[in-house]
Parts: sequence; C-alpha cells; structure tokens
Amino acid sequence: MSPEVLAFAVAVPLLGALLAVIAVARRGSETAASPLLNRVGLVTATLTTLVIAAVTASVWQRGTLRLEIGGWGAPLGIALQADGLSAAMCVMANLVALGISVYATGYFKSPDKALQFWPLWLLLWAALNGLFLAADLFNLYVMLELLGLTAAALGALTGSRDAVSANLRYLLVGLLGSMTYLLGVALLYTAYGSMDIGLLGDALQTPDPIDATALVLMTAGLALKAALFPLHFWLPPAHANAPAPVSAALSALVVKAAFYLILRLWLDLFAPLATPGASQVLGLLGASAIVWGSWRALRAERLKLLAAYSTVAQIGYLFLFFPLLAAMPDGPGRDNLIAALVLMALSHGFAKSGLFLAAGLVQQHAGHDRIDELGGTAQTLPAATFAIALAGSSLIGLPPSGSFIGKWLLMQGALETGQWWWVVVAVIGTLLAGAYVFRVLSHAFGLEPTPIRFITDARAEVPALMLALISVAALGLAAGPLWTLLGFDAGGDA
Amino acid sequence: MSDPLSLSSSLSQSMATLLPGAIVLSSLLPGAFIFLVKEESHRLRTALNLFGAVLKLVLVGVLIWGVYLGQVYESRLTIAPGLELVLHADALSVLFVTLSTVLWLITTVYAIGYLEHSPNRSRFFGFFSLCVSATVGIALAGNLLTFVIFYEILTLATYPLVAHRGTPDATRGAKIYLAYTLTGGVALLAGAVWLRTLTGPVDFVSGGVLSGMPATMHGQLIGIFALLLAGLAVKAALVPLHGWLPQSMVAPAPVSSLLHAVAVVKAGAFGIVRVVYDVYGVEFADSLGLLSVLAVLASITIIFGSYQALRQDGLKKRLAYSTVSQVSYIALGASILGPVATVGGLVHLVHQGIMKITLFFCAGNYAETLGVHKVSQMDGVGKRMPWTTLAFSIGALGMIGIPPIAGFVSKWYIGLGAVQAGQHWVLLVLAASTLLNAGYFLPILYRAWFRPPPADWPKEHLFAGRFETMGALLWPPIITAALCLIAGLLAAAPFSPLEWAELIARREYGL
Repeated sequence: MSPEVLAFAVAVPLLGALLAVIAVARRGSETAASPLLNRVGLVTATLTTLVIAAVTASVWQRGTLRLEIGGWGAPLGIALQADGLSAAMCVMANLVALGISVYATGYFKSPDKALQFWPLWLLLWAALNGLFLAADLFNLYVMLELLGLTAAALGALTGSRDAVSANLRYLLVGLLGSMTYLLGVALLYTAYGSMDIGLLGDALQTPDPIDATALVLMTAGLALKAALFPLHFWLPPAHANAPAPVSAALSALVVKAAFYLILRLWLDLFAPLATPGASQVLGLLGASAIVWGSWRALRAERLKLLAAYSTVAQIGYLFLFFPLLAAMPDGPGRDNLIAALVLMALSHGFAKSGLFLAAGLVQQHAGHDRIDELGGTAQTLPAATFAIALAGSSLIGLPPSGSFIGKWLLMQGALETGQWWWVVVAVIGTLLAGAYVFRVLSHAFGLEPTPIRFITDARAEVPALMLALISVAALGLAAGPLWTLLGFDAGGDA
Repeated sequence: MSDPLSLSSSLSQSMATLLPGAIVLSSLLPGAFIFLVKEESHRLRTALNLFGAVLKLVLVGVLIWGVYLGQVYESRLTIAPGLELVLHADALSVLFVTLSTVLWLITTVYAIGYLEHSPNRSRFFGFFSLCVSATVGIALAGNLLTFVIFYEILTLATYPLVAHRGTPDATRGAKIYLAYTLTGGVALLAGAVWLRTLTGPVDFVSGGVLSGMPATMHGQLIGIFALLLAGLAVKAALVPLHGWLPQSMVAPAPVSSLLHAVAVVKAGAFGIVRVVYDVYGVEFADSLGLLSVLAVLASITIIFGSYQALRQDGLKKRLAYSTVSQVSYIALGASILGPVATVGGLVHLVHQGIMKITLFFCAGNYAETLGVHKVSQMDGVGKRMPWTTLAFSIGALGMIGIPPIAGFVSKWYIGLGAVQAGQHWVLLVLAASTLLNAGYFLPILYRAWFRPPPADWPKEHLFAGRFETMGALLWPPIITAALCLIAGLLAAAPFSPLEWAELIARREYGL
C-alpha cells in the first residue's frame, strides 16, 4: 500500500463535508435535502472506514507508514504518519464513527438539524483522523483546534439554553487548552527549530528547564481538553446536553484524542522527562478522577449525565498507567502495560459510544432521561437495554471485556512495580462503577408487559449493540492482535 | 493424510481440543438465540432449550468416558499475550459438569412448565442458559484466570434471574445479591492477580502448585488465600457472607433450584475445593494453617445455618438457610486432611445438589398448585399431593442423613475422615447439625403426612390430567428424588458419585 492512502483518511471526510454543504444548497428546501444528505453521509462514512482499514492492514504487514505531503521532508514540511498506536486509535474511532453515522440517519426528526449535523460531523471526523495521523506538533495543533470547534458546534446542536451555554463554555475551555498547548510547542520550536515528533524526540535526550516547561504547558493544555480531574468541570454538562450521536462522539472519541496526544508526548517526545515523580502526579489525578467521577455518576439523576461522569472516571483509569510505565523497565512487562492502556482506551471508546447511542434511543422513546422513571421504557426496548448492559459491564471492567484485560494487567503491573495503592483505587473504581451501572439496569426489570420482539428500531439499536459487543466480546476474548499491531511480541509471557 | 489411522487419530486429537469448548457453547449459543425469539414462539424456544440441554448431556457423556480412560481434554484460547482462557477436563471438573448438566436438563423441563403463561420468557431462558454456560465454564476452568472470568459471568447472568419477577421485593433481593457477589468478585480478582504476579499463570494441577514457594513468601500466600476465600465464600454463603442467599429467595422456584443446587453456591464451594486442592495443595494449605481456619468457618456456618432454618416459617427461606448449612459440608470435607474426608466433601457436592433441587422443586409445586408458601400452611399436603410430598420426604430425610439416602453417605465419609485425621470435634458438629436438621425437617413431614388438610388451600390451581399437578412440574422432583435414593443405594457401583469422588481423591493425594 502506498503511503498516499494516509491523505485519503483526511481528504475523504473533508470532501464529504463539502458535498454535504453543496447538497443542501442544490436542493433548496430542507426536507428535500435530508435523504440525500443521509446518503452522502453514509457513503462518506463507509469510504473513510475502508481507507482506515487499508491503512491498518498496511501497518499490520509492513509497520509504520509515512507520507511527506508535497515531497517536503521534515523539518519543513507537513507529514502524516501511521504507526501501530495511531492505527489502533484510528480503527476504533472510525468504527465508532461509522456506527454513529448509521444511527444519525434515523435520529434527527427535524430536517434542519440533520442539515447542520452532517457537514460538521464529517469535518470533525476529518480532524480526528488528521490528529491521529499527524506527525508534527503544529499539524497536531491545527487538527486539535478544528476538532474543538466542530465538537462545540455539534454539542450545541439542540439549541436549548443549557446546551448552548454548556458548549460555549466547552469552546472557551477548549481554546484555552489548545493555546496552552501551542505555547509549549512554540517553546520547543524556538529551542530546536523543528516540530516533527521524531526529530524532537532525538533532540530531547538531555532535558533542560525549557523542555520541562514545555512538557508542563502541553500536558496541562491537553489535560484540560481530556477532562482530567480537576479540569473536568466542563465535560458533564456539555456531553449530557448534546444530541445522542454527538454525545457518543464527544465522550468516546474527542476526549480520547486529547488523551492520545498526551500519551504520544509522554512516550515518544518527553520520555527522558517522564520521571516517577511527575508520573505519580498524573496517577494521583487519575485516581481522584476515578473516585470523584464514579461517585458523581452514582449520584446523577439523568442517564446521560451519568454516562458523562462515567467518562471522567474512565479517563482517570488511563492516567493510572503513567506511574506504572515510569517504574517498569523496558521489556515485555512494559509492552503489556502500554497495550493494556490502549486496550482500555479502545474498550471505553466502543462501550461509551454504545451506551450513549442506546441511552439516546431510550430518551427519545421516554421523552426524558431521568433514571428513576425510565424503567418502563427500558423494558419495552430489550435491544437498547441489552446494549446498555453490555456497555455497562465493560465500563465496570467485568469479563469478558477489553477493560477487564486492561484492568487485570493494570493491577498486575501495579503489584509488580510495588505500587499496590493503585490496586486499591482500581478496586474502589470497579465497585463504584458496578453500583452506578446497576442503578440503571435495576430499572429494566419491572412489571411492564412483555416486549413483542427484541429489536424495535434496527437503525438505532444495531449500531449500539455492535459497538457494545465489540468492547465486550472482540476486545475481551481476542485482544492479541492489538499487541501485534503495536509491534509487541504477541506470544510473549506476561 | 489418506491413511485412515492417522485420520482417526487427528479426529480424536481435534476432539480432545474442541470438546470442552463445545460443552460450554452448547448452552451459550442456544441461549443467545433464545433472546431473539419472539415471546409467543413457545415451541421454538422450548426446542432451543431442550436441544441445548440434550446436546450438552451427550457431549458430557463422551467426556466422562474419555476422562475415565485417562484421555486429556483441553481447549485453549489466548485472549491476550500471557492471558489464556483454558478449559481443561479433569476428574473434579467432570463431577461438577455432570451434576450441572443433568440437573440443568431436569430444571429446564421444570421451568418450561413452571413459567407457562408468565411474562418475559425469552429473557428468562436466555439468561438461564447463560447461567448454566458460566457454571460449566467454572467447572472446566483449567486456570485461575478462566475461573475468575466465568465466576464473574455467572454473577452477571444470575442477576436478571433473581430480579425476574420485577416486584420491588425482587429488585431489592437482586440488588443485595449483586452487592455481595460483585464485592466478592473483586476480592477474588485481586487475589488472583496478586498470586499471578508471584507465580506466573496459575494452572490447576492435582496436588497444587505452590508447595515449592520459598518460606519468605508464605505470608503473602496467606494473604492471597484470605482474598480468594473471601471471594469464594460469598457465593458459597459461608457465614458471615451468606446474607444475600435468603434475600434472593424472591426468585421463581426454578431459579432458586438452580442457584442452590447447581450454579451459584456450588460455584463457590467448588472454587474452595479447587483452591485448596489444585492451587495450594491440601498438605501445603494445612502446613500454612489455612485448613483449620476453613474448618472453623465451615463448622460455624453449618450450625448457624441450621439454627436459622429452624426459626423460619417461610418454606423457601427455611430451605435457603438449610443450603447455607449444607453447602458448608463441602468446605468442611475439604478442610480435613486425608482422602476419606475429601471423598465425603466432594461427594456432597453432588448429593447436596440432587437433594436440594428436589426440595426446591417440591416447594415450587406446593406454591404453584396450592398457593402454599409457609410451613404453617402445609397441614395435610401429603394427602392432596402424595407424589410431590413423597419426593420432598426423600430429600428431607436425605438432608438429615438417614440411610440409605445420599446424604448419609456424605456425612459418613466426612465423619470417618475426621476420626482418621484425629479431629474428633467434627463429629460433634455433625451430630449437632443432624439434630438441628431433624428439628427443622421432621415437623414439616409430620404436618404434611399426619395433620388433616384444611378445607381450602390458599390459592389452588386445578390442572387437567390425572396427576396432582402439571406433568412438567411433577416428574422433575420424582426423578431427582429417585436419583437421591440411587446415589445412596448404589454408592459402590461404578460411575456413582461416590466412586468418582474416590477417583478424584486418589488423584489428588497421588495414591
């Protein structure tokens, strides 16, 4: 596969967004444009996913794929690069986005919302792929900014007062985050004259105070966008008030993109600076996020708010890995930790999107999403409830699910590096997650009449079920290929 | 490849690697389809249920024969590097697999009859199948990781069954069940991961794998045992972690039967046996002083459960506390060093199962046919429902330990083993428990057979046909009661539970 395929991963959704705008203009009336838009959206979604499949197949067979756009090499030009980590994130993001797209074709009841949704959504998708595939820090900044703008616009789509104010805040916080990140990039650029991650990584072997400042600035900016406790305050209202397909994308993908960047920086760029002390701080924030997020999820009155707080908690798990990685010497043990970290991020992406999509359907049928009054509706929608249950068991980390494997390896790594206190955090998080998930599920067993069939609304329920199933069955029972994709020894002993 | 001999050997080779997986899938896949079956498609659902149950029985028959001949059956699936899902059939797993497979078939028939015309049957039977798949997975688990995975799946699959009725009581019972089992599951998980960091993958091996660990690690091993035991004791309902069991009595009768005789409490007791014999090794566990702790816990549970049973008027509650007490015989047998006590504990795994399931079937029949839920309403039920009451009597007398019913065999071996090990105090526990068992079962039998029936039953259903109740409800307890008698009378016959338990004990002690 030639590396040009990387460009298509960004170009196809970008083109789709353009076509969507044209479609609206050509058809004139909103009602007439809506079915055409759905078709444009679905075709674009399928093509983009196929491109990513091709990219992944190539990385799988031949390792890292790199494209210098216009033939200009680093340090001057713009480059796209796919290694195992970016391919893994791309596959998850694109499958989730495909599911969201299918779901969205049936979700928007008023045509003007669909009209606003599709161009923005495809633009967001392009930014997401661009971010996962970018090879230099400035390109990353551009994609991050585009992602933040489209995400905030999509989040405010319902037009309700709550949604608009929450997403205006989200927009401002996002801008602050990316500005802080950019400041760090500028520091590095003035010091080393390059923004290519590979070149900078080589230059940063002997860290000095400027590097440390850049690390702190960039990490802080991104942590704000990744909603790491205590910088998570903007997330719950923004995610809970968005339309369901958008909530799914925000919680499963957009937050994950910022986290992916932090991971890249800490693994590739600032590896010499990632001291045990610094990573203990990240671990501590992660632990606080788990406890606080889970607790708030348990107290939440609305289903989507619960899901949003659960995202805060799940992001916390990802940060628990940093102190373990810092203490673990290179070798299979460290590989396992990195793979487990990615596995947890992927599982959460699939599970949380499945949860939001199913919750959206329940909300549409019930007309609200107050947990204590959802019982009847949940029971009449068995497939949606089943998707919530599957996604929920993945969020708790029950087997079989990718997050169970991730949690097992997390606990194992914590004990192996003598940091048993993270095991206690994981245990508390698991119990709290069990409590908030089953607080929802316990309402699904009521005295309502028996539903007639399993599937009520295939276009909405099948994507939710499939996404939840991937996080449970595929990642929980066959996680081995992830190790191979990341370039680790898949036969190695843990 | 055209050589017929090599073909047949490769066939038996693939059989050896596929059979354990196929046994788990034989209920899992039909179960998954059942969820999709429309509620009114009664026939299709019944066909799927029975197809799965019968197929599993056939596969298990092949397995028993092979394991008896010393054939090794093992399915492996690498779920992540270093983490393997292993299904391995040894003599101990065969004991539990056979119990759950046979009783599942009978319970399925019973449940089809019991739930006729009640709502949400597709959901019920879907989770029912899932529950049995998890139990079989627990039985066949070849390492600690696999055990933990299926143990947690069992928790998840059982929750909807306990909550099935949808009443506030049912929801509450299910919530309590979940709070206990999830917490226990996390303790088990933590213990399993901890052990894993010390030893690498923990495969179940007869005689245990830990006796070679250096003495400096013994402290950690004791801590790990405490975590594992805490996790297992929740499901095995050892005091003080038994609180969920009486609460989950709100579930429909087939579920109670399954929980008490086959799935949940058995999974806990089976896990204790696995950890003591095949992880720590019974002699090593004894040298760490772990067996005496287990013996004391089990004894307290036996006495406490029987005492509580004595105080209950609700029939199912009384049976529930009786389960608390009786399941601990298994742990007690495992905690006494020596092959004879081991045999007693292991054989009780089966005997308690068939006796208790009989009792729960009967309790369900009384409730469905006459509306009788309490012991105080049972005057004269023997005259109205003689066959059910006969089955109930056999189960109850077996629980007390009256020969020649199965329960006597278990108690005899545990007592004998205790004497051989020089632990005479166990006899006192057995004697006290027998008295208490008699104290809570005999009054029921007296009422049922010798008191005059009331003029009206609380809520009587008349079923068409010549039986005292629906056929699908009547045959299961009669069959299981017959099994109780056969297991006791023919205890010395080949392939009896006792013979099989002796086979396991020989392999565990290397005799």
